Amino acid sequence: MWLTNSSVGRKVVMSVTGLFLVLFVTFHALMNAVALISFEAYDAICEFLGANWYAVLGTLILAGGFAIHIIFAFILTFQNRKARGNNRYAVNARPKNVEWASQNMLVLGIIVLGVMVLHLTQFWAKMQLPELMGDHVMNGTFYLKATFSQLWVLPIYLIWFAALWFHISHGFWSAFQTLGTANDKWITRWQCISKWWATIVFILFAVEACYFIWFFAL
Amino acid sequence: METNISFKLKVWRQANAHAEGRFETYEMHDIPTDTSFLEMMDILNEQLIEKGEEPVTFDHDCREGICGMCSLYVNGHPHGPATGATTCQLYMRRFHDGDTITVEPWRSAAFPVIKDLMVNRNAFDQIQQAGGYVSFQTGGAQDANAIPISKEAADEAMDSATCIGCGACVAACKNGSAMLFLSAKVSQFALLPQGRAEAKRRVKAMLAKMDELGFGNCTNTGACAAECPKNIKLSNIARLNREFLCAKCSD
Repeated sequence: MWLTNSSVGRKVVMSVTGLFLVLFVTFHALMNAVALISFEAYDAICEFLGANWYAVLGTLILAGGFAIHIIFAFILTFQNRKARGNNRYAVNARPKNVEWASQNMLVLGIIVLGVMVLHLTQFWAKMQLPELMGDHVMNGTFYLKATFSQLWVLPIYLIWFAALWFHISHGFWSAFQTLGTANDKWITRWQCISKWWATIVFILFAVEACYFIWFFAL
Repeated sequence: METNISFKLKVWRQANAHAEGRFETYEMHDIPTDTSFLEMMDILNEQLIEKGEEPVTFDHDCREGICGMCSLYVNGHPHGPATGATTCQLYMRRFHDGDTITVEPWRSAAFPVIKDLMVNRNAFDQIQQAGGYVSFQTGGAQDANAIPISKEAADEAMDSATCIGCGACVAACKNGSAMLFLSAKVSQFALLPQGRAEAKRRVKAMLAKMDELGFGNCTNTGACAAECPKNIKLSNIARLNREFLCAKCSD
């Protein structure tokens, strides 16, 4: 299978799953934004999703996307380190125009994943999981309050969003380059769109977290 | 203006492919800044020979930036700190009195060290042999104007064809990927009608050979294009990906 056997194929898998995850975080940020306007509307969204079949199916597809993206990231990094050889350079200089993020995608990904585990224990493990087990679940705002009434959550979340910004700002345009949809003009265009997209997602998440902390903890 | 500089030269010494390598430091005195980097290495070797020591082995040939033989990793950059230039086009005026200059070989699993600063770049020849050519029917040559080619395509193909296969892209890449080299070699044919006939077979065969030889996966950091002495563009890699995906989808 060329998607796993060839270097370009493996990168295509990373690109497609990556773009899928970018779409997911964008929707996530937009759905959270509803809570900025009305907590009742946010509760209605949580109710609508809950443990209904379409939400469970969506969660499974999403988990699959995450799993493939993460597994391939480790495989690619392992292969790339092997290709680099045993002897490392004594002097390393990052050339101009080479983004820092592009050379540290695995580390950034691990930070994103690490805080995501915390985030899942704060929300998913108390919302969809118990509902699937048949337990009674409170409304969405209850769990927002439970998490964001603690001040320490804010710095952790902001670091998380910053790592996500770096990860997306490279990953987004890189995906289009890998899929062959770039040329001299479009490389710079995709890079610009990447930065904008990552920044909008970052601002949405950061404003939401700050607002919830202000509302519930202060 | 010409001046003389003195500096420390930290050079990678390795007796053969299997021996353990190490850095040796040499003091260089009163080197004119008009000296090229390779001439400076020649001066070092003269001194070593006079002292009865083994001279430093390094690759070089034309010394005018077109053959792709010179391959030194100087102060963290393939071909040194100058941009758009090979090591032989690097001059000592780029350095200062009292500097420590670190000289290393290309480091990549696919380019094993032969001795000191010389690496085996035969992997590139093997990739070329896998499909980096156009098959011709013998016979009378066709009139040059019989096949119209746009100026843009001709320029782009010519730019891609300027790749000298030195391996700086692999040396610069943190993944040891040869994608910039491969993309230049694929692009120079893919852009021209003469190369289109074998385009699908070519891209699949060359990419398979590159993967087989142990080069890494491209992560689009762009270090290759930034360090390329011939300024081969990153957009070539997008074209290679496009060619490969189209070839695979039409299988």
